Formats: sequence, structure tokens, C-alpha cells
Amino acid sequence: MTRYIVVRLLDAIPTVLLVLTLVFVAMRILPGDPAVAALGDFATPEQREAFREKMGLNAPLWQQYLTFVVSSLTLDFGVSMMNGRDVLGLIAYNLPYTIELTIASVLLGVVIGVPFGVWAATNPNRAPDSAMRGFSLIGYAVPDFYLGALLLIVFSLNLGWFPINGGGEGFLDRMHHVFLPALTLAFIKAAFLGRLTRTALLEVMGRDYIRTARAKGAREPRVIYRHGLRNALLPLTTGLGLTTLTALSGSVAIELVFNRPGLGKLLISAIAERDYAVIQGGIVVFALFVVAINLAMDLVYVLVDPRIRVS
Amino acid sequence: MTASIDPALQLRPQPSAFTTLRRVILDRPATIFALIIVILFVLVAVLAPWIAPHDPLAQSILDVNKPPSAVHPVGTDQFGRDVLSRLIYGSRNSLIFGFVSPVLAAILGTSLGVIAGYFGGIADRIISRVIDLLLAFPELLLAILIAAVLGGGFWNVVAVLTVAFTPGFARVARASTLAVKQEPYIEAAVAVGLRTPMIILRHVVPNIAAPIVVLTTLWIASAIRLEASLSFLGIGTQPPNPSWGNIIRDGLNNLFGSPWPIIGAGTLITLVVLAFNLIGDAVRDALDPEASR
Repeated sequence: MTRYIVVRLLDAIPTVLLVLTLVFVAMRILPGDPAVAALGDFATPEQREAFREKMGLNAPLWQQYLTFVVSSLTLDFGVSMMNGRDVLGLIAYNLPYTIELTIASVLLGVVIGVPFGVWAATNPNRAPDSAMRGFSLIGYAVPDFYLGALLLIVFSLNLGWFPINGGGEGFLDRMHHVFLPALTLAFIKAAFLGRLTRTALLEVMGRDYIRTARAKGAREPRVIYRHGLRNALLPLTTGLGLTTLTALSGSVAIELVFNRPGLGKLLISAIAERDYAVIQGGIVVFALFVVAINLAMDLVYVLVDPRIRVS
Repeated sequence: MTASIDPALQLRPQPSAFTTLRRVILDRPATIFALIIVILFVLVAVLAPWIAPHDPLAQSILDVNKPPSAVHPVGTDQFGRDVLSRLIYGSRNSLIFGFVSPVLAAILGTSLGVIAGYFGGIADRIISRVIDLLLAFPELLLAILIAAVLGGGFWNVVAVLTVAFTPGFARVARASTLAVKQEPYIEAAVAVGLRTPMIILRHVVPNIAAPIVVLTTLWIASAIRLEASLSFLGIGTQPPNPSWGNIIRDGLNNLFGSPWPIIGAGTLITLVVLAFNLIGDAVRDALDPEASR
């Protein structure tokens, strides 16, 4: 088990380097001059030259690459070209809001989706199962930003139950602000997790040990939760990892809908303002997050799957 | 519809794929409904200039934020543009991106996957490593990150979506190729001295086609939703050109004016994506019965 964890952790190092390399390749080698991208078509050649000099774009490519990797790993992303603020500071300010939204939506998604899936799986081909199917069809089809806009119109604008924008101050206020955005993402996650729970549980419920448990006289809830769901945990863990990742990517649009601070909103504004330094920092942080979530999921497998623990 | 396709199961000959597909579609009322939506959607997109009641770009300061009426069935937006006409023209974007990028990604991804699977070695190691890494990213996030570098606009969005979908195709194509490579007919083809490009084109590609076709259909819906998301974020189709995503974006900036653009565009995206999901599921069940649940 220790060996597995060490191998996974070590494996993350080349992954991070590869991520940084791909980001570097994308930002420097793809067609398009960053100076033109950042300053617009109407900048004078002198302004562009000054920009290149300032951003270190005149150095040889390998030197740019090294500088990029080192500064990324030390989280030194320079300063915003729009307001001169430290990019790391901007990210540090926005990141908690995104993490808060991601965690809240995953939790809500689990709380809604897993019991719904259990309910459907324990009533196969009956009304709860059909409801699950309908729910997952809608959940897979409705765009999160549209659902968010609808909830915003109904609950914030018309009913006034929730704030229209911002991230909130203090714990309760923040939870109040995060609820609707998180519910939006959770609805879509719940459709996915519910269907996954249903499939995994149905598969497990046909196994011999379930029959044995019932034959022993175990009560049905115990059979379902102790013997059934426990053995359906492995696919659910994979699903949870995917859910966290899609919640992270969904947060970008949701932050825009609810006008919340966050990493996605920072990145999208930076793109609109062509704030090269912030774009680069935002991409790197997002990418490192994805690697970290995947790594975390690999480690969670150890807890869930005893086969890995032993080997 | 996100069910993965196990390439190892793809290799039986499918003599009557079309018949099975017809049966799977006609057996289910939901799929017939989906088919009708898709046909309507394609017709509307193709016939947009003839059926749109107004010019989608024409602004009118006198008709700002009108609720639905006989003249403007879905009302007007904050610039007095007819929302229905914008929705009709917006369907063209969804249609083009929905089909073009999955097909391009299928071609690119299959090529990479076949190269990696057939030749193995260092090419396989490099391709597989990059694919694994890219697959760790949700498509939307990958698309956002690439669009952050490239910016919006038609060709950039095509490129972004293609890159976002390519790793999935490459993985399936690679795994299928590895399985096909073990088959006796490949050994026979090598033994009779057929040249490698010939073997790949005549014997490998046709035998891995089923999962690739299934994946392509499944991703039409994702491509439509991704284009809408990118346009919503302002890094897809650029205004004033209408796209269902940027209609919702404009609508959000005009929340106190009129909710109709948001409701109209959102309902259309949901319906069309739902329809393509149902058809994708049907195609998967027909071509690839063991992958479905």
C-alpha cells in the first residue's frame, strides 16, 4: 500500500512537468503573437517590442521554457497587465470561492444523487426507476449555465430568497451566496451520480453474497447499505472523481451566471481583457488542480479497494 | 450517454448494423421523438434565411425588450432584435459545430490511436502519455483552457472542440487496434506480404469502425453543448453573430429587461442535446450492444 502511494505520488511529477510543457507549447508555439494578442491589432511595433521584452519573449525558447517551469512551480506568475496587481494574489483571493463552490456542489450532488439512485435500483422498472431515467436524461441535456440562469431568475430575482451576485462575507452569508450556484451544478452531478449508483447497485444486488445476506435474515436496509452499496463504492469513487472535475469546469460558467468571484471568472475576464499574465497563471492553476484531483482520487481508491491495500 | 465503450467487445462482424439501427430506433417512442426533433433542427438550420421572420442582426430602438407577440413570437432583446430569428440563425452554429468537430476529432484521434496501437514503441509511449493526461481533463475545461490561448471566432472554436474530443477517440482507436492486431487475418495479411499502409487501411480501420462511429454520434450532443458553453463564456461564437450560447449571455446582461431570450435559447439547447443523446444511445445499442446498460 505504501508502495502504491509512493508510486502514485512520484508519477505526479512527470505529469506536472508534462502539463506545464503542454501549456508552454500552447501559449508560445501556437500561431499568433502574444504581443498582438495582448495589446490588440492597433499597438505600435515599439509597444509590442516593449511587451516582448517585459514578458521575456525575446529570450531563446529553452530559456523561456525553463523560466516558465520554474516560475510556475514557485507560483510566481508576475503581475496583471490591467491593474498591476500580483497574479498570485488575484488567484489566492479568487480560489477559495471556486473551491467552496466545487465542494458544495459535489456534496449536494451526492446527497441528492446517491439516495435517488438507491431508490431507483431497489425499485427496478417501476416508477422511481423511470423518474431516475427522466431525471438523468434532463441532467445530461440541460446546460448548467441555463439552469443557473433559470434558478437566478426565479429564486433571486422574482422571489428574492437568494442574493443576485457576489460571494458573501462571513460563513453564513457565504453559504447563502453559494447555495443556488452549488444547487445548479449539483442537479447535473446528481443526474450522473444517481444513474451510476443505480447501475452499480443493480449489478451488485444480483450477487451471491446478497442472497446469502438475505437468507441469513438480514433486514433489507442493512442488505442494501451494508452489503450492496459498500460493494458498489468503487465505481462510485471513480464517479466522484469525475464529478469533482466536472464541477470544477462547470464552476467557470456558473461563476459568470451568478456574478461570483472565482478562478473561472478571473480567467474569463482576463481573456476578455487580454491580460496575458493572468491567463497564463489561471491556466496553470486550473491544470495543476486537475492533476491534484486525479491524484487524490487515486489515493482514495486505496481506502475503498482492499485489493490495492494488500498488493 | 457518457458510458464508455469497451473496445475489446467491438470486434464481432456486424452484418446488419443498419437493420439493427432501424429496429432500435423504431422500437422506442423516445427515439422517434428524438429523430423528429433532430430532423426539425436540421431543417431549421438549413432553411434559416427563408424561414426567419426578421433579420437576426437588425436592431430597432423602438422594439426593445418586447414580450412575445404575434410579430415577435419570442419577443425582442435589449437591442430590439427579434429573438426568434436569432434563435433560428443560431441553430446553424450548433449544427455546424455539432457535426464538424466530432468528425474532425474522429479522423485525427483515430489516426493517432491506430499509429500508437499498431506500431507500439516510442510513438505509442508518447501518444499514450499525452492522451492519458488530456483525458484527465473534462472536455469543457480543456476547451476553456485552449480557448483561453486561442481566443474565439469560428475556426478557433472548431480547433478547440476538435482538440478537446481527439484524446477520447485516440484512446478507443488505440485499444481497438491492439485487439484487432491479435486477429489471425492481420497475421495472414502480413504473411502474404501486404504493405503496412494497406493492412491498416483495409484490415485495421474497417474493423475498429463501429466504436468510432458510436463515439462520434455520442459526441454530437457534447459538441453542441460545448459550443454553447464557450459562446456563453464569450470565447466561442462572437457577437453580433447569434449562437444559442451568446444569446443566453446577452440575456443575462439584460435580466431586468426580458427573460425570453434565455428561456428560448436554453430550451432549444436542452431539447436538441437531449435528442442527440437519445439517438447516440440508440446507435450505441445497435452497433455495440454490449456497451449499453
